[in-house]
Amino acid sequence: MHPAFSVIFFTTASGAGYGLLALLAIFTLSGLLPATTWLGFVAMAISLGLIGAGLLSSMLHLGHPERFLRALTQWRSSWLAREGVLAIATFVPTGLFGIGWVFLNSTSGMFAWMAALSAVMAAVTVFFTSMIYASLKPIRQWHNGFVPPAYIVLGTMTGALLLVFLARLFGVYSPVFGILGIALLMTGWVLKTAYWRHIDTAPARSTLGTATGLGRLGGDVRLLEMPHTEENFLMREMGYQIARKHASKLRFLVHLLLFAAPLALTTLTFWSAVPPLAAGAASFGAVVLAGLGVATERWLFFAEATHTSMLYYGRTM
Amino acid sequence: MTSLPSARGPKRLGLVIDLDTCVGCHACATNCKEWNTSGHSAPLTDLNAYQAEQRGVWFNRVFTFEAGGQGENARTVHFPKNCLHCEFPDCVTVCPTGASYKRAEDGIVLVDADKCIGCKLCSWACSYGAREYDEDAGVMKKCTLCIDKIYNEKLPEADRVPACVATCPAKARHFGDFNDPESKVSRLTRERGGYDLMPETGYQPTSKYLPPRPGKRTAGASLPREEGGRDSAGKFLRWVDAVLSR
Amino acid sequence: MRHEPAIDLSPDVHDEVKYTTCYMCACRCGIKVHLKDGMVRYIEGNPNHPINKGVLCGKGSSGIMQHYSPARLKKPLKRVGPRGEAKFEEIEWEEALQIATKWLGNIRATDPRKLAFFTGRDQSQSLTGWWATQYGTPNFAAHGGFCSVNMAAAGLYTIGGSFWEFGEPDWDRARYFMIFGVAEDHDSNPIKTGMGKLKANGAKIVSVNPIRTGYSAIADEWVGIRPGTDGLFVMALIHELLHADKIDTDYLVRYTNLGWLVIDAPGTAEHGLFARDKEGNPLSYDKAGKKLADARLPDIAPALVGRYKLADRRVAVPAFQLLAERYMDERYSPDAVAATCGIDAGDIRRLAAELAHAAFQETIELDVEWTDWAGRKHDKIIGRPVAMHAMRGISAHTNGFHTCRAIHTLQVLLGSVECPGGFRFKPPFPKPIPPAQKPAGKTYAPNTPLGGAPLGFVNGPEDLLLEEDGTPVRIDKAFSWDAPISAHGLMHMVITNAWKGDPYPIDTLFMYMANMSWNSTMNTKGVMEMLTDIDHETGAYKIPHIIYSDAYFSEMVAYADLILPDTTYLERWDCISLLDRPICEADGPADAIRQPVVEPDRDVRAFQTVLIDLGARLGLPGMTNEDGTAKYPGGYPDYIANHERAPGIGPLAGWRGKDGTEQGRGAPNPDQLQAYIEHECFWHHELKPSERFYKFANRDYLDFAQRMGFIGHAEQIVLQIYSEPLQKFKLAAEGHGDIQPPDDMRERIRTAFDPLPVWYKPYEEEMVDTTEFPLHALTQRPMIMYHSWGSQNAWLRQILGRNKLYISTVKAAELGIADGDWVRVTSHNGSIKVQAKTMEGVNPDTVWTWNAIGKRSGSWNLAPDAPEAKKGFLLNHLISELLPPGGKRRITNSDPVTGQAAWFDLMVRVEKCEAGDEVSEPQFPEIGRLPGMEPGPDIVRFNAGGGKKK
Repeated sequence: MHPAFSVIFFTTASGAGYGLLALLAIFTLSGLLPATTWLGFVAMAISLGLIGAGLLSSMLHLGHPERFLRALTQWRSSWLAREGVLAIATFVPTGLFGIGWVFLNSTSGMFAWMAALSAVMAAVTVFFTSMIYASLKPIRQWHNGFVPPAYIVLGTMTGALLLVFLARLFGVYSPVFGILGIALLMTGWVLKTAYWRHIDTAPARSTLGTATGLGRLGGDVRLLEMPHTEENFLMREMGYQIARKHASKLRFLVHLLLFAAPLALTTLTFWSAVPPLAAGAASFGAVVLAGLGVATERWLFFAEATHTSMLYYGRTM
Repeated sequence: MTSLPSARGPKRLGLVIDLDTCVGCHACATNCKEWNTSGHSAPLTDLNAYQAEQRGVWFNRVFTFEAGGQGENARTVHFPKNCLHCEFPDCVTVCPTGASYKRAEDGIVLVDADKCIGCKLCSWACSYGAREYDEDAGVMKKCTLCIDKIYNEKLPEADRVPACVATCPAKARHFGDFNDPESKVSRLTRERGGYDLMPETGYQPTSKYLPPRPGKRTAGASLPREEGGRDSAGKFLRWVDAVLSR
Repeated sequence: MRHEPAIDLSPDVHDEVKYTTCYMCACRCGIKVHLKDGMVRYIEGNPNHPINKGVLCGKGSSGIMQHYSPARLKKPLKRVGPRGEAKFEEIEWEEALQIATKWLGNIRATDPRKLAFFTGRDQSQSLTGWWATQYGTPNFAAHGGFCSVNMAAAGLYTIGGSFWEFGEPDWDRARYFMIFGVAEDHDSNPIKTGMGKLKANGAKIVSVNPIRTGYSAIADEWVGIRPGTDGLFVMALIHELLHADKIDTDYLVRYTNLGWLVIDAPGTAEHGLFARDKEGNPLSYDKAGKKLADARLPDIAPALVGRYKLADRRVAVPAFQLLAERYMDERYSPDAVAATCGIDAGDIRRLAAELAHAAFQETIELDVEWTDWAGRKHDKIIGRPVAMHAMRGISAHTNGFHTCRAIHTLQVLLGSVECPGGFRFKPPFPKPIPPAQKPAGKTYAPNTPLGGAPLGFVNGPEDLLLEEDGTPVRIDKAFSWDAPISAHGLMHMVITNAWKGDPYPIDTLFMYMANMSWNSTMNTKGVMEMLTDIDHETGAYKIPHIIYSDAYFSEMVAYADLILPDTTYLERWDCISLLDRPICEADGPADAIRQPVVEPDRDVRAFQTVLIDLGARLGLPGMTNEDGTAKYPGGYPDYIANHERAPGIGPLAGWRGKDGTEQGRGAPNPDQLQAYIEHECFWHHELKPSERFYKFANRDYLDFAQRMGFIGHAEQIVLQIYSEPLQKFKLAAEGHGDIQPPDDMRERIRTAFDPLPVWYKPYEEEMVDTTEFPLHALTQRPMIMYHSWGSQNAWLRQILGRNKLYISTVKAAELGIADGDWVRVTSHNGSIKVQAKTMEGVNPDTVWTWNAIGKRSGSWNLAPDAPEAKKGFLLNHLISELLPPGGKRRITNSDPVTGQAAWFDLMVRVEKCEAGDEVSEPQFPEIGRLPGMEPGPDIVRFNAGGGKKK
């Protein structure tokens, strides 16, 4: 699948934004984050900024962005509509949660309820986002059980790294954040590794033999002529190809940037000898590296995805 | 709207494509293009029409495959492909706007271009690559089964078939109602083992493909050699005595 | 609650529908053109038309883009830069016509041979040929010489008709169909429809073709023969049938000359000619009367074998005996030919058995009463349901004429010509064998029409067009010893010969619809150089003037001095005439017209109208009245309705006579075109059931044909399996007669002019070192482009915008070539660099590509980096118009009998090479855009009548 920038940015930014939002809500509720204006303002701005920018970016992907409101109508059948509805709906409790925190310095009572609701809705929104992909039967790299947890964990994980950094910045760091970050990094790492193992080994359900029905003649089916000699829309959209060598390099980069380095940096801060400034820098480094890592991960998520329609064009799944 | 119709109407319209007969002339593809570029989903835009990387919107594309073995055993198969108007099409249900829909009356899957936001998700959901994005208009387009032709009361009744079927020189394409067991498409599907593409999707395509038939060969046949074709003097005994009148 | 959007199920499709005839290839289907808001909305097949019966192929359905192509020429052009650089200025028609009239007038007044008038994919040859006659130049032909003259000539010299335009398989009744060497060429829709019928009826289809695409793809059996060996394969089938006596001897004695006696007097001037009585009638030995008798008499019982004394004591043998002696020989056994043909001997035996089974065990009997030539009534029509068709793969070899004759011989031995289920003639065929018209040009003089049509059929050396010293009369050397039976001329030799001044220099080359500096020529690069070569003595081009008419900016435009822009096919009048290349079907004659369905939006004129105008300006007889005024001031439509070729016979056969009630013969009808328009632009006469079969010996049909002017005399047409005209040339080569070939041609003539079909190795394969050039290289005509390569159609170029060299998987592995690799292909004539693609369905000794996809950069108003120019290629660069060096002089690379261009004799080697910049080679300097020509739009949002809806 064509790794479009808009969609990569949308899913990674909004994933991190929602992850951060959910954690902010949980930790204000649990009292680990104080209800102070500047922390609330900056944290909410980053979270909502990532979510908003992501959503805007996803609209750039549309042929007719001005018609985006229509995309909310078909929530009964469409994961994309559900995601859109929920993304917008989440702004209501999140807005109230933010107002309470930033302007009223309150995260209790009604605002606590709003925080809780924000956390739940953020998680569900990311789940819906993941289901846009996971529901697509023609793409086996997406249509599998690893995709929704990976989206949720990677979103929360990148959110957690942001939280650690913010907490360091505002001096409200709690080891719980770090531990959570490490736990999520490890979970994410395991999930993503398992995902890759799955897509590398699970047999493709469809082949050119089933796609054409000509497998019944016995032997392989080979493409002789494409219907058009130049690349058409379908090939440009679904026919993106990445060489195995290139992909494994990029996977290594993901292992390094998204998991190993942030894990090392986050773990490092638990070493008491690390001065607070260095710990802050390390947490910032973890955010930056994970940001690059998750963009790479998402790029690969698209680039490695194959679409059954490309079987007809002689590709393997 | 993008939920599938809860109650289906009387008809299930679709095509039967005979892979045993298609010679790969692309008539279906270009006749479709010329009908539809001024039809329901007009225009079928072409990009770089006279430049490099030329491409455009086509509702019907003809592939050629080789199957069945190697060398002389390989069969060249021309394979036209357009929307199969599935019974359970995810391309419809994934649509967030209601632009994609399946008609209850006849099962035709259509796009309402005025509602389409161009998210392309339906094209991702179609296993068969039957959806065609108009990059210029920013909306998705697709085979309409010539809905503005098959019901068009301004055309003679005989012309009310999809353009691809009407024009097919080899008569490798057939159009009809699969709910009618006596329709030509139902009969051909029964008699010739019509099959679904990628049945594993569960989309249950309406349109069917007829497989190439095994070639006819009279195993081991050869002509008996008439011995004594000539006598010792080189005369053709066989025809010497024949009296054949003009 | 869900609501489906309300959609208009019955929108207006058109404001108006007009009928006309397609011109996207040479098939000429009837079309219905829907017009909306002055634009072409939809083109579909006319369901009532005899050719296509409602269907339309991929090309016909793309006519809209052809019509609106940005490559259309807009105004007459005069060259202002060096030739080949496309530097022109726009001029008015009057100036253009004055220039042409001046050049042509000077030539006509001095030496009319110095005009070489050659038309390409011309569908008005009865006009263009007649124009040449009136002008007085023998140098006229259309593209038949490089297309399919082997098929036409072999058919017309053997059975009185030929494949495609002159005959067709009985698609409805055939049980067994063999198709040789056909991808997509000619008869586009009828073959597709017919094969669909065969499939539906459960008949068996066998395709003999080195490449399995198109029609071969759906064949029950694909015979992947080695190129150029089809004749041998067919002779092996004949061998099997003869040995098993599975031949229709009743048919042979009634309808063929195989019962005629052939003089057996080796070394004499009459050896191999038919024994004749004093009146010149051929003789048979009548076994009933036990004496010699006029071979054409009914009720005699001609002997098929034996030796018989003639009145003069010489001995004669029935032609059949010669045939049997030849093909029953072991050198034609399946085992003997298998390796050469690349076909398993067992398969050949099986195919022969299947043919025999279909012909003799699946015999058809139609309960239709008919009368034979002798007036005898028969209550049944017997059919041998074996049908055959052959085209370019047979035609384009130096042994193609004989291979085609061999196929006809096979058909005839099975009794399957002109019978139900077999191969059937389309009226006005069959014609006398060979047709009566001889080529004119033995004499020519200034300001004098030629004695007849420039093209025709020779009966022997006496009909050749040679000067007294033996040099050819014609610039293309047609009807000379190089190509004695070149009934369609040799268009592929014109430029080379004119450039060399051999046999003489010319002044003006006048061409129409022929891309002779690109895909329509052999040795493209060489020809481009000849067209721009300068005579250093005079400083002028070696070919001083080139006038070219085309509707589109083809590669040839750049090489002309004067461009006469033609209309598109939807803007013109035309007639598809019985005098030319008819569109008839076996059940009856038909002709058709084109009418303008849209008005030109450019300053262009139909070429035929321009030609008639030029004729009037030149004062040509037939085109001017006695007072010197133009005879057809209304141009081509005026000519179509009012011209008479012979009294009562004109271009169109329908609605003749003053009141429009006559057909075939009748006075010109001024309202004839209107009558055609009212009848959907075609005329079709259905034969009575009793007239439909055995037309060569069917009294009712023969009488009808004579009434219509198709044949001179309503006599039986006896199929000439043994060809006496060929034997006459052979005798000349052996030294008999006054008209003698040059000594270095004797052996070639002696071998190639055999009265019975022979097979010899294609010349190029014989002459080059096949260890150096081990592979055959062919083109296939793509169904989506054949004859539509003109105009760069925005839709078709998406389907096929570049071509690759196809090579068998096995051979590619041997050569270390993988899919997508770049390879160098080399022949004795040149070398090209192209991209390779492997496939299963190709003979392992053969490589091939799609024809005419490669374009020259900048031509056709395409962007210079279009894939047609940068990835696509022509095989033409590798094919020489001359045979490889060897012998006294390099002779044309053509069939020695007919002059048919031997495109498919090409031998090459293929080597993997560096991809480099992944651009095909050779590349040529980019052609600049013509004055007044806008670049093609990036985005085409064609929507007739829909405005700019987005």
